[in-house]
Amino acid sequence: MKKIALNGAGLLVALFAAFPVYWMVATSLKPNREIFSATPRPVPAEPTLEHYREILTGNLIPGVTFTDFFLNSALVAVATVLLSGLVALLAATAVARFRFRLRTTFLILLLVVQMIPLEALVIPLFLMIQRLGLYNTLPSLILTYLGFSLPFAVWMLRGFVAAVPKELEEAAAIDGASRAQTFRRILFPLVAPGLVATSIFSFITAWNELIFALTFVNDQHKYTLPVAMTFFFGRDDTAWGSVMAASTLFTLPVIVFFLLVQRRMVSGLVAGAVKG
Amino acid sequence: MTTLTETTGTGAARETPARRRRRVDHLPYLLLLPCLAVIAVLLLWPLGQVLMMSFYKLDSVRQLRGDREWPWVGLANYAQILGDPFFRTVLRNTVLFAVVTVVLTMIIGTLVGLLLNRLGKKMATFVASCVMLAWATPALTGTIVWKWIFDDTSGLVTWLFNKLPDGLSTTLFGRSDWTGYGWFNDPLLFFAILTLVVVWHSFPFIAVSVLAGLKSVPSELQEAARVDGAGPWRVFWSVTFPMLRPVFGILVVLSTIWDFKVFTQQFVLAGGTQDRSTFMLSIYSYAEAFSPPPKYGLGSAIAVILTLILLAVTALYVRMVLRQEDE
Repeated sequence: MKKIALNGAGLLVALFAAFPVYWMVATSLKPNREIFSATPRPVPAEPTLEHYREILTGNLIPGVTFTDFFLNSALVAVATVLLSGLVALLAATAVARFRFRLRTTFLILLLVVQMIPLEALVIPLFLMIQRLGLYNTLPSLILTYLGFSLPFAVWMLRGFVAAVPKELEEAAAIDGASRAQTFRRILFPLVAPGLVATSIFSFITAWNELIFALTFVNDQHKYTLPVAMTFFFGRDDTAWGSVMAASTLFTLPVIVFFLLVQRRMVSGLVAGAVKG
Repeated sequence: MTTLTETTGTGAARETPARRRRRVDHLPYLLLLPCLAVIAVLLLWPLGQVLMMSFYKLDSVRQLRGDREWPWVGLANYAQILGDPFFRTVLRNTVLFAVVTVVLTMIIGTLVGLLLNRLGKKMATFVASCVMLAWATPALTGTIVWKWIFDDTSGLVTWLFNKLPDGLSTTLFGRSDWTGYGWFNDPLLFFAILTLVVVWHSFPFIAVSVLAGLKSVPSELQEAARVDGAGPWRVFWSVTFPMLRPVFGILVVLSTIWDFKVFTQQFVLAGGTQDRSTFMLSIYSYAEAFSPPPKYGLGSAIAVILTLILLAVTALYVRMVLRQEDE
């Protein structure tokens, strides 16, 4: 009896959590007459890919397609990942491999800057982007997202570096390997999986961001996907089928990546904070 | 390490570590340099800039580009905001929203965490996977879907309310036909839906963290308490909660910080920055600065106020983490 109650509660939670995601995908597969009918169908009766075809082939704005926005977003996210991964790896090595005077200060700095409300930085970063002449360019976003993703990336990566046994590097050093060689041949391959996990978080940060992309880029050809979606979605008669198809395409990579690394997210935010 | 090098015995090997020890002095700083530069230029410098900008009257992009001068106005921007009754509405909206959302997120998240801990293995995996979906969904698309669910003509909620028996619907809400009902027009209803969306996005993190906490403490104590006849309520408050107190502390602070500066969900639900009655601090600051006519100085002052509030909460967070590290 108790077991049934628990399982029932479990099913309710599962429904509440997963339903919107299901509904997004289901709607994207329905023909318009099902979407706008008076009685919603839980499952598409005649599933169709017409909405996907529509957004992938049609021009959202004259001359610009969904694929263009997708590529803009991908370009920004990948550049952010590469830059942030490189810088974070160096810093994480410093923190995990060396004891130096300002180490604790640096760790506290990392914690504190993660708490800076990024929303409060839109105006001063807008000023910086204007001054640097980067307004209306994708690099303005890459630069911004690098700053946002870096503190968490270092915080997470230092755990992976610390997990590589020091003895391996020492053995390599004894065999005559230089510092750079040890780093490249020993530490880097062993930290690589951690680097991938960290990169996924940087990717998601950059991929999902809306406010800065909305503010720093005015040229419709350079819109990232989130900005294009709000634009696309802001029209009066909302074409829900296409909006849901676009949402699904936007969400899918994030969900796949996220599921790959979610466990580290918890330890990064909670348990990771506890370990010195 | 020293023992290893001593056993190798050759002169060259003995020199290498010694040389390295000398280099160690500046190598870590060198490795940190790019990271520190990024943090300084892209986070700390703008933080200083926003404070500085809040003391100026900045009304055009040309001022930002440096083509026009910046008139210093001292605290006038702050005086204008704090003297405006609208600011009090915004502050009340922000605080109330954060409090309600944090409380609901914590309660639902904790309950789901406890539930996941009690379910059988297969069921727990299934429920956890569904919960992960809500967590993984980007704020933007998650909000768009909820907006579709609350659509005034073909939305699921509109359909559900239309399904209510007409008499019941009329006595309860004063209407039986819900088609065309603007769910987002009434500020209170808007905030209720916004809370729903944000709680939906954020309870998974709490649930998973609480579950991780539960797995890390021995379950014997709870079982013992149960055998001694304690009900679930008693077991939670007397046994489970005290053990997980540090985790709860951090979770509450993190949630508070996140919910104080909600932007994307509000921006998408409200369809932009036109609906001033539902403003909260972050969107208020943004709208003042970027909706024409631009008022960058005023927006900066609001951003500074938001930052100060969050700084207080952050101080609390850092103290908690440091105290845990001591233990």
